Amino acid sequence: MVAVRSRADRLVASTLRRHLLIALGAAVVLLLLSAQIGAYDDYNLTAVAIFAVAAAGLTLLTGLNGQLSLGHGALMAIGAYTTSLLLKDHRQLPVIVVLLISVVSAGVIGIAFGYAAARLRGPYLAGATLTLAVALPQVATRYKSIFGGESGLTVPPSAPPDWLGADFPPERWLAWIAVAAAVVTMLLLANLLRSAPGRAFKAVRDNEAAAALAGIDVARTQVLAFVISAACAGLAGALFAYWSGITSPAGFSLSLSLQLITAIVIGGLGSLAGAVWGSIVLVFVPLLTSGLASSVHLPSAVADNLPLAIYGGILVIAMLVAPHGIQGALRRILAIGRARREHTPGGGQKGVVDWDDPAPGT
Amino acid sequence: MKSVMGGNALRIRGIAIICVAGLLAACGSSTSSNDSGTNTASAPGITATTITIGSTQPLTGRAAPGYSEISASSNAYFQYVNAHGGIFGRQITYTYYDDTYNPTMTASLTRKLILEDKVFALFSALGTPTHLAVVDYINSQKVPDLFVSSGCNCWNDVSNHPYTFGWQPDYTIEGKILGQYINQNLGGKKVGYFYQNDEFGLDGVKGLDAQLGASSVPDASRQNYVPTNTNVGPQIAALQASGAQVVVSFSIPAFTALALLGAAKVGYHPIWVVSNVGSDVTTLTGLLKSFSKGAAGVQLLGGMVTDAYLPLTGDTSNKWISLFKGIHDTYVSTLPWDGNVLYGMAQAYTLVQAIKAAGRNPTRASFVKALESTKLSGGPGLAPFGFSSSSHLGYLGVQVATIAADGTQSTAGPVYTSSDSGPISQYSGSASSPPANGIP
Repeated sequence: MVAVRSRADRLVASTLRRHLLIALGAAVVLLLLSAQIGAYDDYNLTAVAIFAVAAAGLTLLTGLNGQLSLGHGALMAIGAYTTSLLLKDHRQLPVIVVLLISVVSAGVIGIAFGYAAARLRGPYLAGATLTLAVALPQVATRYKSIFGGESGLTVPPSAPPDWLGADFPPERWLAWIAVAAAVVTMLLLANLLRSAPGRAFKAVRDNEAAAALAGIDVARTQVLAFVISAACAGLAGALFAYWSGITSPAGFSLSLSLQLITAIVIGGLGSLAGAVWGSIVLVFVPLLTSGLASSVHLPSAVADNLPLAIYGGILVIAMLVAPHGIQGALRRILAIGRARREHTPGGGQKGVVDWDDPAPGT
Repeated sequence: MKSVMGGNALRIRGIAIICVAGLLAACGSSTSSNDSGTNTASAPGITATTITIGSTQPLTGRAAPGYSEISASSNAYFQYVNAHGGIFGRQITYTYYDDTYNPTMTASLTRKLILEDKVFALFSALGTPTHLAVVDYINSQKVPDLFVSSGCNCWNDVSNHPYTFGWQPDYTIEGKILGQYINQNLGGKKVGYFYQNDEFGLDGVKGLDAQLGASSVPDASRQNYVPTNTNVGPQIAALQASGAQVVVSFSIPAFTALALLGAAKVGYHPIWVVSNVGSDVTTLTGLLKSFSKGAAGVQLLGGMVTDAYLPLTGDTSNKWISLFKGIHDTYVSTLPWDGNVLYGMAQAYTLVQAIKAAGRNPTRASFVKALESTKLSGGPGLAPFGFSSSSHLGYLGVQVATIAADGTQSTAGPVYTSSDSGPISQYSGSASSPPANGIP
C-alpha cells in the first residue's frame, strides 16, 4: 500500500507527467462518451470542445495576462476563413495540415495585432480589439470574390477514414478531432502556465512596474500572450468551419467575441478548467432555454426572445452566487469539504485561494 | 394534494399507454400482409399516425418582418388538414426554429432537425444565404429538402442536390419578366438597380440584364446593399446622381422600405420596380410607418411595379383567396392577412399535394421520385410547376402587377413563363379552382 502510494506520488510529481495523465484520462473519457451518445450530442460535444479551445486562449490573455480582448471572434474568423479558402482549392488536404496552417495564420495576425495591443491599456485596448471584431467581417463582404460575401464559403465535411467503417457518423469523427485538439491545447497551455513564460504572464498582469524591475520584458510578454491566444482562436475557428460547414461574416459577429468573454468569466477567470465550464454553459444553456421556450405556448414575440432573457438571467444569478465563476465555486466547495474533514474550523477560507492563480481582485 | 394528483395522472397515463400499445399490437397482427391500406413507420419522421417535417425561419432579426408569418401560416394550413383527418390518417407535425437569418445558426439548427428531431423532410427553409449553408449537408443525409423559401436558381441542381426542390419562381425568371415589362412599358427611361449583394440580388440582375442589355445600365446605376448594414443613403444618392428614372429593386422588405424612405428624404422619385419578395404591401406599410415614426406610409408605394405568382390577396372573388383567408381567420387571425400568409398557405398546400402523390407509406427516396414523376397541379399558383427528373424548378412564371397610392394591387398583362436561359412565353393555361374541402 505504501509502495503503491509512493509510486503514484512519483508518477504525478512532475508537472508534465501529471498533465499528461490528466489529458490522457480526459481524452479516454471523452472518447468513450462520444461513442455512447447520439450524433446530435456528438455535434454539441464538438461545439463545447471548439469553444473550450478559444476560451482557453482568451483566459490566458485576459485572465492570466490582464489584456482584455473583445476581438477574439474576429481571430476565430481568420482561422475559419483560412480553413475555408484552403479547402476550396484543395479539398483533400488532411485535417491536421489545415488546422496547423490556420493556427499559423491566426498567430501571424496575432503578432501584428499583439504589437499594437502591447502599447494600449484598459479601455483603449478593449476599443482596439473591438475594432477588429467590427471591421474584420466587413472585409469578407467587401472582397466578395475571395471571401464569398454575406453568404460566405461552404466547407466540405471531413469524412471519417475508411477503417472506421462506412456507417461511422461524421459528427462523431469531428467530435474526436475537436476533442483531440482541445486536449492538446489544454495540455500545452497548462504546461506553459507552470513554466517561466507563464509566471511572467501573471507577473505582468499583477504589476507591470514590478515585473519590469524583476527583469521581465513587459511588452514582449504581452505580445507573446497575444500571439498564443490568437493561435488558439485560429485553431478554434478552423474547427468551427468544419463544424458548421459554412464560414460567413454573420457567424463571427461581435456577439461571438462577447460570448467568449462571458464563457471565461462564468467559468472562472484565469483557470483553464474554467474555460471548459464556460464553454459547456455557452453551448448547453441556450439549447435548454430554447427548448423550454418552445414547450410553453407563448405569443411568438415573447417566445422568440425568451431564451435570450433566460440566458441573461442565468448569467446575472451565476455572477451573484459565484463571483469567481464555476471553477471558483468548485474550489470553494472542495476547500470547505477539506476543512470539515480535517477539523480545522475556518481553514476552509484558506482553500479558496489557489496559490498559482489568485483570482483577480483578491 | 399535488402528489396525489400526480399519482393519478401517472396511473391514467400508464393505463392509456397500455391501451394504445394493445391497440397497436391488435392493428399489427390483424393486417400482417403488407397491404397498401395500412400505415407503417416507413421512414424517419413517419409513424403510423404522424408525419414530422421541420424548417429554419427568420422569426427574429432583420429578415423577420413579414417572413416570420410564413411558417405560422403554413402551420395553420396543416392544422386545418389535421382537423379534417390528416393525410392518409396521419397528422402533420411542423417543427420550425428561428435561425435569425444567420447561416451559422441555420447550420446548427438544421442538424438538430435531422439528427435530434428526426424530421422526415425539410420544408420551406427560408433564405438564400442561410439555406446555401446547409444544402450540401441535407443532401448528404438524403433528406428531402422541399420548397426552399427563396428564388435562388441554386435549388435547381439535380445532379449535385437531388433532394432539394425550389418552389417560388427563380429570381432570374422574375428579373427577365420584369425586364420585359420595362422594355415594353417604360422604354427609353434610364434604369438603375438596387439589389442585395448575394445570389438573391445577383440572380435577379442576371435576368434583368438578359432583357435590358448589360451595357444599357452603367456601373454607377448598379447599387447593392448587404443586409447587415442598414445605411442605404450612399446607394440611393448614387442612383439619384446617375439619373436613373426607373429603379429595379431585388431587396428584402426591410431594405425596400429603407430605400423608399431614403429616396423620399432626398426628393428622389423614380418609378420603383420591386421583385415579389420585397414588395408585400402590408409588410412594407408597417415597416415604412415604424422606420419613419409614422411620418410616411402606404403613399410611398403608389406607382410601384411588382410581380405575382399567386392570386392577389385583395382579390376576394378568387376561390383560393377565400379558402386561405377563411383558414387564416380561424387559425392565425392574429397575423395580418397579407402576401406572406398567402405564401405560407400555398406552400403548405403544395406539400400536402406532394405527400398525397407519394402514396401511403413513402420512403425519403420514393417521395422524391414521386415528386419528380407526378405532374402536380400548380394549385393556387398562376403558372405551372417545373418539377421533373431533370428540373427542380418550382413555379415557372409570374404576372406583373402595379400598386396604387392606396395600396391596392392590380395585375397588368398576361402570365409569362420562362426558364433561366430560354425565351419568355405567354402562359395560356387557365387558373384552377380549389377542391371543395380545400385539401388536395
